[in-house]
Amino acid sequence: MTVNGGKPKFAMYWAASCGGCEIAVLNTHEKILDVDANFDVVFWPVAMDAKYKDVEAMEDGSILLTLFNGGIRNDENEHLAKLLRQKSKILVAFGSCACEGCIPGLANLSPVGDIVHTAYNTITTDNPNEIYPRATYDVPEGELHIPTLAKVLRPLEQVVDVDYFMPGCPPESHQIAAVIDLVIKVVKGEAELPPKGTVIGAGDSTVCDECPRARNVKSIKEFKRIQDIAPVDPDLCLLEQGIPCNGPATRSGCDARCPGAGAQCIGCYGPAEGVMDYGARLITAFSSVIDATTPEEIDRILDGIPDPTGQVYRFNLAGSLLKANRDAWKVK
Amino acid sequence: MTDNTFEPTIIGFTCNWCSYRASDLAGTARMKYAPNVRLIRLMCSGRLDPTFVLRALSEGADGVMITGCHPGECHYIEQNYKALRRFLLLRRVLQGLGIEPERVKLVWASAAEGARFASETTAFVEEIRKLGPLCWGKSSEQLSVISEQPDDLLLITDNSQKEVPA
Repeated sequence: MTVNGGKPKFAMYWAASCGGCEIAVLNTHEKILDVDANFDVVFWPVAMDAKYKDVEAMEDGSILLTLFNGGIRNDENEHLAKLLRQKSKILVAFGSCACEGCIPGLANLSPVGDIVHTAYNTITTDNPNEIYPRATYDVPEGELHIPTLAKVLRPLEQVVDVDYFMPGCPPESHQIAAVIDLVIKVVKGEAELPPKGTVIGAGDSTVCDECPRARNVKSIKEFKRIQDIAPVDPDLCLLEQGIPCNGPATRSGCDARCPGAGAQCIGCYGPAEGVMDYGARLITAFSSVIDATTPEEIDRILDGIPDPTGQVYRFNLAGSLLKANRDAWKVK
Repeated sequence: MTDNTFEPTIIGFTCNWCSYRASDLAGTARMKYAPNVRLIRLMCSGRLDPTFVLRALSEGADGVMITGCHPGECHYIEQNYKALRRFLLLRRVLQGLGIEPERVKLVWASAAEGARFASETTAFVEEIRKLGPLCWGKSSEQLSVISEQPDDLLLITDNSQKEVPA
């Protein structure tokens, strides 16, 4: 791939996200210098000063690679998603938020009015005059605007066409480095891009496949939270110990970091290859290991998972088949 | 039947060895039951991936009926117990998504129980009729609905709200 007029252009943007993805990119250490050596960074709000109007003035398709992290929660996010799609040749949904909604997507369990109310008028917020933010506000200098929230958070793919998906919360730095290497090779004409829609920077199996813990036939009489078990067997499968571990449904690529460090997989790498609905896969996985045959006994065991919806859709709710709580998206 | 009667759309998953034959028996015996259910035959209720249920609900079904062999009578020894466990966990997850757990029903029916299949189906249809439409709609329609700006959001109110104290 040759580019006229100097180095190819690179952009990175954050929508509804926490900033962890940006830190993960910087965590590639000296690899970030390769980005600078091979790309002209034209837009990256967290790292450099740039105005939206500068991006709007660019020619369509003039940015070679845009890493877009964060979900689409308000009209500003949506505008930037559409703008960067228009200006970019390759648009990557970067990180769990852009791929499937991630933790901000759990807000899809509540109507947006409740979310605003919780943020501005609950016990943690001292707001005796019940002052809420407004979309527009008149000041002597003119009218001020702030972005308005949408009903629910949407992953990038539900808003614009996406070329590649790079999962993880955040994507592991060694995976980012590998993707940077690949893109540089493509720019130099030494490698081919994978087919559109490919999940990059991750494996094609499950976290269990990479997990070092020993696995046997599982039969669980009780689900427990990890803090309620002492001691946790350091070498035995966590699910086998009754800890709801999301590994069986989750895409590999992280080297099973959490189970390796003694914590259950929470599913940040999203659905494994071929999984249409992450939560459904986990429901299947958990149901298969429960050692009970009567509804009463099964229900008693399931009581050990206090928030089943949050457990099976922790990172994937906005990207799931149902996408949101009915009360959240039916709001008129 | 009047035009304003809500006719629920029900997807039914049946086991090849029992409940599918029960429905067949109900048919050949000319038993009357509600026509709202669309049956899909699986080899076993244990084949029922919860994805099937979520897909049905997200694409316009108002309820899903899962049927299988009675406990202890599974053609594949114990897979109907797996179906039972999935069903119980799935209902908990659906509740968190604002979907009444009653919209998914599990029925055991042997190949000889055509009458039971018919009466359970009719009862389920009536139950869903009482609950009303699920309204999830087609996924493409839902996408356009969720991308609309909400009207009642406090952020969009006018400037006549309480003034910011100086």
